[in-house]
Amino acid sequence: MANYSTNEFKPGLKVMLDGDPCSILENEYVKPGKGQAFNRVKVRNLKTGRVNERTFKSGDSLEGADVMDREMEYLYSDGEFWHFMATDGSFEQYGADEKAVGDCMNWMKEQVVYTVTLFNGAPIAVTPPNFVELEVVETDPGVRGDTSGGGNKPAKLVTGAVVKVPLFINTGDVLKVDTRSSEYVGRA
Amino acid sequence: MNRLWQPSATIDALRQRAGIINRIRAFFAERGVLEVDTPSLSHAAVSDPFLHPFSAQYIPEGGGQAATLYLHTSPEYPMKRLLAAGSGAIWQLCKVYRNGEIGRRHNPEFSMLEWYRPGFDHHQLMDEVDALVRAVLAGESARRITYAAVFAEHTGLDIHQCSDADLQSLAAARCGFQGELSRGGYLNLLFSECVEPRLQAPTMVYAFPASQAALARVVEGDDRVPSAARFEMFVKGMELANGYFELTDADEQLRRFEADQAQRKALGLTALPIDMPLVDALRSGMPSCAGVALGVDRLVMLALGASTIGEVIAFDTQRA
Repeated sequence: MANYSTNEFKPGLKVMLDGDPCSILENEYVKPGKGQAFNRVKVRNLKTGRVNERTFKSGDSLEGADVMDREMEYLYSDGEFWHFMATDGSFEQYGADEKAVGDCMNWMKEQVVYTVTLFNGAPIAVTPPNFVELEVVETDPGVRGDTSGGGNKPAKLVTGAVVKVPLFINTGDVLKVDTRSSEYVGRA
Repeated sequence: MNRLWQPSATIDALRQRAGIINRIRAFFAERGVLEVDTPSLSHAAVSDPFLHPFSAQYIPEGGGQAATLYLHTSPEYPMKRLLAAGSGAIWQLCKVYRNGEIGRRHNPEFSMLEWYRPGFDHHQLMDEVDALVRAVLAGESARRITYAAVFAEHTGLDIHQCSDADLQSLAAARCGFQGELSRGGYLNLLFSECVEPRLQAPTMVYAFPASQAALARVVEGDDRVPSAARFEMFVKGMELANGYFELTDADEQLRRFEADQAQRKALGLTALPIDMPLVDALRSGMPSCAGVALGVDRLVMLALGASTIGEVIAFDTQRA
């Protein structure tokens, strides 16, 4: 992979840091009136999801990371791996382990298309679409006629995720949920 | 249509900026300080190893010897030559140019306010800087603290006692820094990462390490050890001004120029011509004085609550 210098650290650039692939989030040029220039860089470790701040001398460089985001349809899980198939017509299949699926576990649904991040050809992260539709498997009985939206209650979805829903929602309803905020959007 | 034709600042911001410039002009008029205008193109460049001047080719019309001229990074040298020629107190507001510097608080060309006060030392000049900044921003008077004290306050390290290894491990712990730096480099890194962002209320930091004297004289009495008679003002975590009780010794000035040249070479940078007219001016006698440079765009940023320099200048470099 190519090397990138601090002035090429644009948000979204993927680089290797301490042996892990990372994505640049922010890069701020810091220079005292007298003295060396530095770059204060915010990165997300693509394996752990953790965000770190690191400071580099301006002009230092990092190796690029062989990271690729691909759209893939979720097929099934065998308990150890979650299997996906690329939607670009190649029909290539990939198995992501529990670590790679991470928090996306709450939003897994067969036949839905996810963004799978590959590092050196292997899945390291799975990102759900902004909205998924999932069935309610457990919630207190619905309050008929209460569509005012005042008040809410917890509902357990088929994936095990729990979201707050209005009182009129029943077990068996299919809900549209915003995966970024884990919030109920509406009935599907 | 590409929207980059539009100014980076609002017209209202530019109107407020013009008001601040008028206030600065009135401030110096009331104090009888002479406004001057020195060249922005010169045959020599600054020696500072971490400043990169733009260069331009002078090509005589009709043929003849071409020459490289440098756009000034500050008007310091010619203003000092005016002082040596007997100008008395002088001030200047001008555009200066620094290659490669771009960021939230940096634009490759920016407005600098620089002034010199014969008979003042750095403490008296700090009073005047404080008065000028308060004339624009209002608010309380700046706190004054030595470099060593403010460094200890925010890092727990005593710069007079700690080892290079102490600085290095703190840089790794606090800034995730990996790489090679000199002791001065570590001080600079830790100061800008651990100290500067915490200086929210107006603060004057003085008594810099003698290794960071630049063009300030070294004095006793400001700190436990001899220190540079240099100060910097910070407001809202941002460096706003840098001042000196000026070096007037021509031989010492030449030694520092040569040390800067050596450092430029060690850093793999091309050595730039030394400004001999400044050395000669000091040799002929420059009055004892204090001088300061203040970033006007940053002052306007503070007055307007702007978070990027582009919001207070008509066109940032991307649109220029």
